[in-house]
Amino acid sequence: MALPSYASPLQRGWYYGFRVLCGLIFVFLMFPILVIVPLSFNAQDFFTFTPEMLALNPEGYSLKHFYDFFTNPDWQHAMRNSLSIAPMATLVSVSLGTLAAIGLSQSHVPFRRAIMAVLISPMIVPLIISAAGMYFFFSAIGLQGTYWGVVLAHAILGIPFVIITVTATLVGFDRSLTRASASLGAGPMRTFFKVQMPLILPGVISGGLFAFITSFDEVVIVIFVGSAGQRTLPWQMFIGLREQISPTILAVATLMVGLSILLLTMLELLRRRNERLRGMSPT
Amino acid sequence: MSTNATEPQLDELNSGQIKRQLGRALRRQKLRALLLIAPLLIFIIVGFINPIASMLLRSVENNIVQETLPRTIEALHDWDSDSDELPPEETFTALAADLQIAIENRSALTFARRMNFEIAGFTTMIRRVQREVRGWDVEADGPFREQMIDMHRGWGEVQTWRAIEAYSSPYTIGYYLAAVDMTMVNGEIESMPDNQSLHIMLFWRTIWMSGLICFLTLLLGYPIAYLLANIKERHANLLLILVLLPFWTSLLVRTSAWKVLLQEQGVINQVLVAIGLVADDARLELINNKLGVIIAMTHILLPFMILPLYSVMKTIPPSYVRAAKSLGANDWTAFWRVYFPQSVPGIGAGAILVFILAVGYYITPELVGGPSGMFISNRIAHQWNVSGNWGLVGALGTIMLLAVLVLYWLYDRIVGIDNVKLG
Repeated sequence: MALPSYASPLQRGWYYGFRVLCGLIFVFLMFPILVIVPLSFNAQDFFTFTPEMLALNPEGYSLKHFYDFFTNPDWQHAMRNSLSIAPMATLVSVSLGTLAAIGLSQSHVPFRRAIMAVLISPMIVPLIISAAGMYFFFSAIGLQGTYWGVVLAHAILGIPFVIITVTATLVGFDRSLTRASASLGAGPMRTFFKVQMPLILPGVISGGLFAFITSFDEVVIVIFVGSAGQRTLPWQMFIGLREQISPTILAVATLMVGLSILLLTMLELLRRRNERLRGMSPT
Repeated sequence: MSTNATEPQLDELNSGQIKRQLGRALRRQKLRALLLIAPLLIFIIVGFINPIASMLLRSVENNIVQETLPRTIEALHDWDSDSDELPPEETFTALAADLQIAIENRSALTFARRMNFEIAGFTTMIRRVQREVRGWDVEADGPFREQMIDMHRGWGEVQTWRAIEAYSSPYTIGYYLAAVDMTMVNGEIESMPDNQSLHIMLFWRTIWMSGLICFLTLLLGYPIAYLLANIKERHANLLLILVLLPFWTSLLVRTSAWKVLLQEQGVINQVLVAIGLVADDARLELINNKLGVIIAMTHILLPFMILPLYSVMKTIPPSYVRAAKSLGANDWTAFWRVYFPQSVPGIGAGAILVFILAVGYYITPELVGGPSGMFISNRIAHQWNVSGNWGLVGALGTIMLLAVLVLYWLYDRIVGIDNVKLG
């Protein structure tokens, strides 16, 4: 979209004006994150920049909100819960989701469209409806207020993401590779783990990352299906934001932004690896 | 198959056999695919579809009145609900007998709570008579009519009895009526007075605010997607991070960031006061109202608009616009007549996705909306937490779900669910 040398002043103005506009929108996108991170190092219990902070005076900054997060039993309990629920939910959705995605990408699947619609539906149904429904169901089977209840509920929410990412990877999968493997004498299990799995692994992992962040970030379902014993990090934040908003929340938010950056980096690396692998395959 | 000459011969000889074998192979393939899908499909149907369906059934279920007052309802059959007279003494005797059993089973208060959704103050009516009824001998202590009316005059009002009769069948449309701000009075459907008609207003607000948010995300997302699709891929990948980072950042983090920013003592007001745009004593009210919800949700949902738009725009060949220009179109005409129509599928995909997500939002309106920024989801949660009116939760939920499913179907039609892309 480079500006040609014969551009008229109007075109020139529009060209730069458009870039400024886009710049402003990017600022809007990043603004909350950019503001909340420095604010979490505030030495005061305020939610605004103090004069010391604006003067970049080291005394205006402190780690005390982070210290509070790491010493407060409520927050620590919540963090432990989040870290034990999310990986298990991810495991369930990735294992079931990958199998189903492989099934769905076969050439002849009856009712493919309908099955796909059912499997994607947890992403579409408003959370409050899923939460209310699951509450009754999980109470009836005795899982309401238990660790496994929350894990299964979160696994259901993560499944659409796994299905979407893994089927997308499988579109570029060269089926002759599995046939080659079979013709060389490998059984279906061996073919799956030695040939198919390494190739679709980037898709599986990125689906897993989505499932993980879905569970790690989820409030509504856990409030309904869980009890105080399963209070997760987002739940604790939700309580904090509804009642007395404490600056510790900003420290938690900063840590979670750090986690998102980490996950995003991993996803980007996976995407590159996937592109490289696809570049090599003859399809 | 390099030798074409042998093929027809082969076909004639074995065509039946080959066809059968192919059919068998195909069946086996289908079966294997289904076997791979089955565990997940069963999991989702049992753990997700079934709970939602059974919750939605609660919106028409109404067993409790019939189960608690079988004799009373029997007795009410002979009573003409259109007359302005109270039911006869036998009905009251039946009621006393029913209530005695209900009190013993501890189901009386559950029943009272159910009827309280229809007749305000019904719980009190039950509480007042509860102690006396327990001590009564149904055979001997009559007549009960005057005694009960003495304890609470509600028992002497024809409306009460009409309501009991109206809700005596095991299924009811009462919750749906309540969900659209109507009520059944004397067997006729009437609108509720304006000061009580909250739901229609909330449905309407959820729709117009979601529409507005959808439009704003399009307005802000289109230029960004256009820029990303039309610069060097290396630069686009870098700028894409600025879209993906907010997308990956926790919803709660972004909502709390807006809560902090928009407060009266927050950063935005601080800046506005500092540069003198706003007086210190006239700080803008940016939060706990509709404006706060619109700002926060536009920000949160913006990546969901940009990503589908970008993936469609990437596929638009730049040569079309160049061709248009070489044929004499100016920049605007080339964009509007050639580029824009090709980006419409992206607009459709993004807009429906954003709208579906916005309609179901609960967290953001709850935290930054205040009473005037409440969505229908918040009302459902309120009915759940405070009133425990599960029938109404089911009815409101069904209406909302139907709307979302229609949009989902539309999305599948226009975009195809297989084509949903994430990041």
